Amino acid sequence: MASKSNVLDQPVQPLNDAAGRDEMIRFENVSKIFDSRGERVQALKDVNLSVARGDIFGVVGYSGAGKSTLLRTINGLEIPSTGKVLVDGADIGALNGKQLSAARQNIGMIFQQFNLLLSRNIFQNIAYPLRLAGVSKAETKKRVYELLDFVGLGDKAKAYPEQLSGGQKQRVGIARALANRPAVLICDEATSALDPQTTGEVLDLLKKVNREYGITILLITHEMDVIRKICNKVAVMEGGTVVEHGGVYEVFSDPQAPVTSRFVSSVLDHRPGTEAIEHIRKTHRGQLVQIEVKDEGSSDPFLSRIARKRNVDFNIVYGGVNELQSRVFGSLTVELLGSGPDIELALDDLAQVAEIRKAG
Amino acid sequence: MGTTNWELLWPKIWTALLQTLQMVTIAMVLASIFGVLLGLVLYSTRPGHILANKFVFALLNGVINVIRPIPFIIFIVAIGPLTRAVIGTTIGTNAAIFALTIVASLSIARIVENNLVAVDPGAIEAGRAMGARPLRILFTIVVPEGLGALILGLTYMMVALIDATAVAGLVGGGGLGDLAMVYGYQRFDSTVMLVIIVFLIILVQLAQYGGNALSRKILRRG
Ligand SMILES: Nc1ncnc2c1ncn2[C@@H]1O[C@H](COP(=O)(O)OP(=O)(O)OP(=O)(O)O)[C@@H](O)[C@H]1O
Ligand SMILES: [Mg+2]
Repeated sequence: MASKSNVLDQPVQPLNDAAGRDEMIRFENVSKIFDSRGERVQALKDVNLSVARGDIFGVVGYSGAGKSTLLRTINGLEIPSTGKVLVDGADIGALNGKQLSAARQNIGMIFQQFNLLLSRNIFQNIAYPLRLAGVSKAETKKRVYELLDFVGLGDKAKAYPEQLSGGQKQRVGIARALANRPAVLICDEATSALDPQTTGEVLDLLKKVNREYGITILLITHEMDVIRKICNKVAVMEGGTVVEHGGVYEVFSDPQAPVTSRFVSSVLDHRPGTEAIEHIRKTHRGQLVQIEVKDEGSSDPFLSRIARKRNVDFNIVYGGVNELQSRVFGSLTVELLGSGPDIELALDDLAQVAEIRKAG
Repeated sequence: MGTTNWELLWPKIWTALLQTLQMVTIAMVLASIFGVLLGLVLYSTRPGHILANKFVFALLNGVINVIRPIPFIIFIVAIGPLTRAVIGTTIGTNAAIFALTIVASLSIARIVENNLVAVDPGAIEAGRAMGARPLRILFTIVVPEGLGALILGLTYMMVALIDATAVAGLVGGGGLGDLAMVYGYQRFDSTVMLVIIVFLIILVQLAQYGGNALSRKILRRG
């Protein structure tokens, strides 16, 4: 059962046992205030979230929502003004320089602009974190080629970053982030600088990272499509707070906050807006009703069953059904044609088996 | 005029060329060492940087800002007492090298600082995220990433040094510039001056070419 909550929710429950053994990242009342030359910006307000081991957790929000700031508290690039961040049990804000350095080797990070070292070739870029960790030359060489194969760049060891495409650079970024076999991978808009095709390839690679190495991924994005494609959990941020979080299926199929609805409709436009309704109204004068399609695991052909029973006709005028996390959901807007009493009875029947809403 | 005695002149030109090369090379090597060190200190003590230190930064920054705008022809005379204290005399090639080194060190410090500040903050952030400590980031990320542009900056400095040595004659340092002044300006022998100018142009071109090639090799671009 995925938890789903709204604004001002209670402290996050660990997703597993009391010791939180299967919890990988935990934000506890995290707030961050930037104070630059008298101008105070509250980038994070009392954020509580829990990311389980093995999750691909997406944080979505518009520009300035505080996503990057939140992500950067995970590896201590930002330290919260109040509250704390626990990664694999360690309180990141409480570590000294040396400990933080070690903790960071357990947290890979990739960036929107890739941030490769231009003065080093691809081999040297991926070897850099290994050298930091004191890995031997022979071991480094073996590991780098292993990683290059994993990201599909086996022939690029001697190339320089400037000779690679954006997608290839991000693959190098991923290989570099994985070099020391981290438990967590954090991604700051990792696909925002890439075209849709390349974005898909990089997302597939991230999925592979999660599946094959069991690495917990936390990514931030302003593209709901990224969340839809690879995440199993999602949090929606607005104005420094998490306004909604939960399983991707739950949030997509039943968004609570207005901002979440906007994000969901940016990728899944199943429900007609007022303009669409007006347009539909020009040709369809019958009773319009929205039927929410949920994954019920049943094969009840309820539309035609009710149509026959109540002697009404259904006319589908708008809608769509999608698969998400191997479950289907969507919304159909149908026009009911028949006598007034029959339609009322049909609506009652529909309400028994599905969530419905009169429209227009 | 017109009756230039080349047999007598060539050895003089040769000696002057060697003096210029000596002054430029020694001053450049010393200034590179001091300048790069000072530049690293300047960069890392900047507010918000890895060894941020208001006092050290303000002091260095102030000294550089005060000395750099002074014309070399005035500076070389003005630091006479210091030159005497360090070198033992205020005249001669060594005295000139001393003044050249100071000015070049401060300029190089500024060039180094400017080039390091221009290094992509993203590369530094990646270093931090990978767990590199500040000094490690300075020497394995900031410096290598800024090196290509830095070499171009040092090349510019070398050309400026060749230029500055012309003034060395003022303190008896000799060199091509001095010779050009004596023959070209005081004796109105424009042929000699022309020959010397050609030598200076060749020197500058060589320095520029070498610097460009080195920087290209380091940048490995194109
Ligand atoms: N170092 C900083 N100093 C001052 N203000 C900052 C700093 N970093 C972020 N902020 C401010 O904090 C707020 C949140 O910024 P943040 O970068 O976390 O947003 P974001 O959701 O990642 O946005 P984007 O999608 O544009 O990257 C913004 O108002 C931003 O201006
Ligand atoms: Mg951001």
